[in-house]
Amino acid sequence: MALTPADVARLAELARIRLTEDELSALAPQLDVILDAVAGVAEVASADVPLTSHAVPLTNVFRPDVVGPSLAAEAVLAAAPAAEDGRFRVPRILGEEQ
Amino acid sequence: MSVELYDFDQAMAEFDPVLGLEVHVELNTVSKMFCSCANVFGGEPNTRTCPVCLGLPGSLPVVNAKAIESAIRIGLALNCEIAPWCRFARKNYFYPDMTKDFQTSQYDEPIAFNGWVEIDVDGEPFRIEIERAHMEEDAGKSVHVGLSGRIGDADYSLLDYNRAGTPLVEIVTKPITGTGAKAPAVAKAYVAFLRDLMLALGVSDVRMEQGSLRCDANVSLMPKGATQFGLRTETKNVNSLRSIEAALHYEIRRQAALLAGGGKVHQETRHWHEEGHTTPGRSKETAEDYRYFPEPDLVPVAPSPEWIAELRETLPELPDRKRKRLKAEWGFADQEFADIVNAGALDLIEATVAAGASPAAGRKWWLTELARRANEAGCELAELAITPAQVAELQALVEAGTLNDKLARQVIDGVLAGEGSPSDVVTGRGLAVVSDDSALAAAVERAIAANPEVAERIRSGKVQAVGALIGAVMQEMRGQADAAKVRELVLATLS
Ligand SMILES: [Zn+2]
Repeated sequence: MALTPADVARLAELARIRLTEDELSALAPQLDVILDAVAGVAEVASADVPLTSHAVPLTNVFRPDVVGPSLAAEAVLAAAPAAEDGRFRVPRILGEEQ
Repeated sequence: MSVELYDFDQAMAEFDPVLGLEVHVELNTVSKMFCSCANVFGGEPNTRTCPVCLGLPGSLPVVNAKAIESAIRIGLALNCEIAPWCRFARKNYFYPDMTKDFQTSQYDEPIAFNGWVEIDVDGEPFRIEIERAHMEEDAGKSVHVGLSGRIGDADYSLLDYNRAGTPLVEIVTKPITGTGAKAPAVAKAYVAFLRDLMLALGVSDVRMEQGSLRCDANVSLMPKGATQFGLRTETKNVNSLRSIEAALHYEIRRQAALLAGGGKVHQETRHWHEEGHTTPGRSKETAEDYRYFPEPDLVPVAPSPEWIAELRETLPELPDRKRKRLKAEWGFADQEFADIVNAGALDLIEATVAAGASPAAGRKWWLTELARRANEAGCELAELAITPAQVAELQALVEAGTLNDKLARQVIDGVLAGEGSPSDVVTGRGLAVVSDDSALAAAVERAIAANPEVAERIRSGKVQAVGALIGAVMQEMRGQADAAKVRELVLATLS
């Protein structure tokens, strides 16, 4: 599995990380090494080993539909870098609408 | 920026539309999907959050049992198969409406899949195939602060997480083909169908204006007779039935103009504006971009066949079946029945009939006199301050001869004014038809004496002149007499 600098550029875009051409070229083979290591697991897994996403064999862990206490708005906003009108204030969101 | 639009009929002569509808239904559980914060619309911002719905480190989500029940019941009502085992997944994206940087959703293991519903558009049935109905959580609400209030030229945005974590069921159709020019009407009818269905199930408030029922409408065009679908757009922000129809109408005209001019449709999301047009949003992300993976903090959901059977037992008679049954039972013509449905009077008339009135009487009161009152008050029929049982009682009073139609209308005035039941109003206002024969006979004598020429004409055989005397008697009795009886009395006296 050989990642190209273009693949890495796509990943960087999704992760919102800005990388230079040199970094893309340098990272591609490094990520390859990681992918190869993970691919090793696939060799061990045989058809009789079911896919696992949870370490414990539990299903149907539910809670009743009952309202409990929420946090006070002041406490919630206390750690916000900026707040206004009881809301979190965030920098403008780019690239969602032209 | 001017957008070229094709004539709609011309577009439909050259292209076949393919629809895809994604409807989000906010469930009306009392608490959120994965935490115990209250699930209520609106309120002071950020007053209904906790470590779970804020995604704070160390918090663990736990699934709301009622939300699963509602999702399964929705799936069953949509004729879906219910997954014997399914998981939640993380849908990763960067957007501040979720503090976690992901939305807990379902990916390739929806709780319900492979369903269908049959809807009706102007008497023509359309079968809509359901791809899936999956569970997920709603995001927070953002307000964009800037000149236009729109995201693109905002200076900054403000976030309220009260809505974050509200349980949602997203219902996705398979591609809908074969609708032709009815595509916008089919989409509207389908969403109306889902709204009625959710109401009947009692799983959601389905208030489109509050966003508890939302629709994203996908549409593409292909040359007439082709089988290869064209590139589609997804219009978001469509929050009324009327807008769904209008937005699709617009998109079809816009895409047709592009294609007919030799251009291409960009696969993208578009935003509907109530003034009647769409504007482009982001280029559509692909599923890979969201890097879905199984949610490690939630264990799988595995509803047993017994549980599913139990939930199936709780399904009410679903609206489409109820309509078919009542139409057959009541025996109205297609148009008469359609009028009832369109007026929102089906349940009201059903309850009126259950309270003892005939379907014809139920239809008569709700679609004429009461429809007029609702129209004057600018409200829905169901919001009028009169119950179906009271309408049935009113009709019983008319049939017993206690009230004529004119008095019945006064009784409706009284009931709507809060004077009690129809019988209370009859007593309170002294409205009953006078059946005291001597009082009536005296009034007839006086009317004959006051109109000697009319009386003479009736005596000489011109029976049609009797109307003038009936009018005089009814006036004296202030309308509280049975006109047929008055006529009988007048003719008997003059013969
Ligand atoms: Zn919470």
